[in-house]
Amino acid sequence: MNNVSVSVRDLSLSFGAVTVLDTLNLDIQNGEFLVLLGSSGCGKSTLLNCIAGLLDVTNGQIFIKDKNVTWEEPKDRGIGMVFQSYALYPQMTVERNLSFGLRVAKLPAAEIDKRVARAAEILQIQPLLKRKPSELSGGQRQRVAIGRALVRDVDVFLFDEPLSNLDAKLRSELRVEIKRLHQSLNNTMIYVTHDQIEALTLADRIAVMKSGVIQQLADPMTIYNFPENLFVAGFIGSPSMNFFRGEIKDRGGRKVIEVNGVDFGMEAYPARGPLEAGRKVVLGVRPEHVKVDENVPGREVHDAVVDIEEPMGADNLLWLKHAGQTMSVRIAGARRYAPGTALKISFDMSMASVFDAATENRI
Amino acid sequence: MDDTVSLKGRAAHSASRLAPGPKGKKPRPMFSPRNIMIYGALIFAAAYYLLPLYVMVVTSLKGMPEIRLGNIFSPPLEITFEPWVKAWSSACTGLNCDGLSRGFWNSVRITIPSTVVSIAIASINGYALANWRFKGADLFFTILIVGAFIPYQVMIYPIVIVLREIGLYGSLTGLIIVHTIFGMPILTLLFRNYFSSLPEELFKAARIDGAGFWTIYFKIMLPMSLPIFVVAMILQITGIWNDFLFGVVFTRPEYYPMTVQLNNIVNSVQGVKEYNVNMAATILTGAVPLIVYFVSGRLFVRGIAAGAVKG
Repeated sequence: MNNVSVSVRDLSLSFGAVTVLDTLNLDIQNGEFLVLLGSSGCGKSTLLNCIAGLLDVTNGQIFIKDKNVTWEEPKDRGIGMVFQSYALYPQMTVERNLSFGLRVAKLPAAEIDKRVARAAEILQIQPLLKRKPSELSGGQRQRVAIGRALVRDVDVFLFDEPLSNLDAKLRSELRVEIKRLHQSLNNTMIYVTHDQIEALTLADRIAVMKSGVIQQLADPMTIYNFPENLFVAGFIGSPSMNFFRGEIKDRGGRKVIEVNGVDFGMEAYPARGPLEAGRKVVLGVRPEHVKVDENVPGREVHDAVVDIEEPMGADNLLWLKHAGQTMSVRIAGARRYAPGTALKISFDMSMASVFDAATENRI
Repeated sequence: MDDTVSLKGRAAHSASRLAPGPKGKKPRPMFSPRNIMIYGALIFAAAYYLLPLYVMVVTSLKGMPEIRLGNIFSPPLEITFEPWVKAWSSACTGLNCDGLSRGFWNSVRITIPSTVVSIAIASINGYALANWRFKGADLFFTILIVGAFIPYQVMIYPIVIVLREIGLYGSLTGLIIVHTIFGMPILTLLFRNYFSSLPEELFKAARIDGAGFWTIYFKIMLPMSLPIFVVAMILQITGIWNDFLFGVVFTRPEYYPMTVQLNNIVNSVQGVKEYNVNMAATILTGAVPLIVYFVSGRLFVRGIAAGAVKG
């Protein structure tokens, strides 16, 4: 237990009749970077606010460093928080912004100066210390906001969509900086985002949330390659996974999934249990797990027709017509196909996912 | 390299390659129907409000013989400030003949404490309602808003009794309390809406930083709220300064505010109607709200706009 930094136990939160979080359990290890990922309204920010103590929980407990903080004030929880809108105090200089919490806590002036100087050095914002927030760019503001969490000298950092207000270039720059910060400080970080790229690049583990329930909690590669259910599979990945609705059939001892009259052989699929014939399923294949016009021994070959081509530089995205529906395939950027071209494709079923059509869980 | 050179060359050429016809800024005729409508309406509205003021100023600077000529729009032939002096220091109201000066100082002694106290309380109310979602906040707020819609007249007699029972009837303190209470609903609404429009994350950040109720109010909220304080100040100063009803009901003659005294001067039935003194007295009474508007009007508009964004 003593390696657990933040522990959320049976946490529930409802506003009147609306349940936002439902008996949620989550253990976050010391020094772990955990990302809460989900679309808006899934409860991820609410969960973060509960951990921060900004929202009162309806039921359950929250532990930080083995201390029950369920009823503690935010300042007594040993957390620092960074907000989407930066939330810098507009009337104070950067220096005053950084030191506000320390001054409220009545720390000695020398200690305050030392901590502010250290945070400013780590984030390289020394030249900005005398400026007001309105004189800073978005990236600089978010750096100061991170600094404000830094000076608090806490064990747990909470990030509430910190990069969502920045433009694409700054976002990728700060993303790297946050990762570097985590590597050098080794604090526990809980990071809320709706951006799957941020989640995949930053996280040690990702918790994918929907309707106040964690759908899957795992490391990024597991989440990406072995999604637990249809929601996770569809949410992660861009373009998203190709889904084929069909039925398991037994073709003389050989298990296939039949989709609109086309058979997909499932010999290579690492199923968790027997694939019973007659079961309605959804077959999911990522765009990069399809080979185009390449002969892979032992794989069955399907016929497809190019519908639309989307060249993206390094990659070329083909939208194909196959088995009565449209699917996407990612190939090398140099390989070009004109719309209408007929081609041969084969599927890497060892990397595919099969979900029960009714329960939507992986089988 | 060749490409950039040729591009530059083309750019330099393009100035001389414009086709004949419209180019650059579109000309706008001064006397278009649109302009005539807009400026006509504006000038009419301005004249509508300024003409009475003009008549008042002009009349107050004339002597009585000149006024009797009856030409109210003509400028004074002989400018005299005597009516102003008389209105301020020796016009008769009832038995006293010391002019408006006493009423002026009464009004100052009523307006300043009422404004300061009501704004202080209402801003804290609004802050608590907007940021600290305490239990029963919605009910409290609803009651306050309902209070804003109850006509004053209904409450006058009960308040007279209450003030009498606590021994404050007829005193300035009593009137100040009444003004403070009656300003509360609308001011609280104003402050609540303004504080709700400030980013909630600022409040959250301050709480993470360990600031409590009063620290957040004084260190974070107050410095960001100058516009709305100016709005509240203008509303209260003009409202209380212009009040007549409460002044006449809740105080004794020696504490009458300026408005009540003005009424007594203008409506006095004895002797000759001194129009010039009446006009001067009216301008003097209206001067304070007028000055407040001129000094802080720009902030007023900004604050009203800021408070109106989010409800």
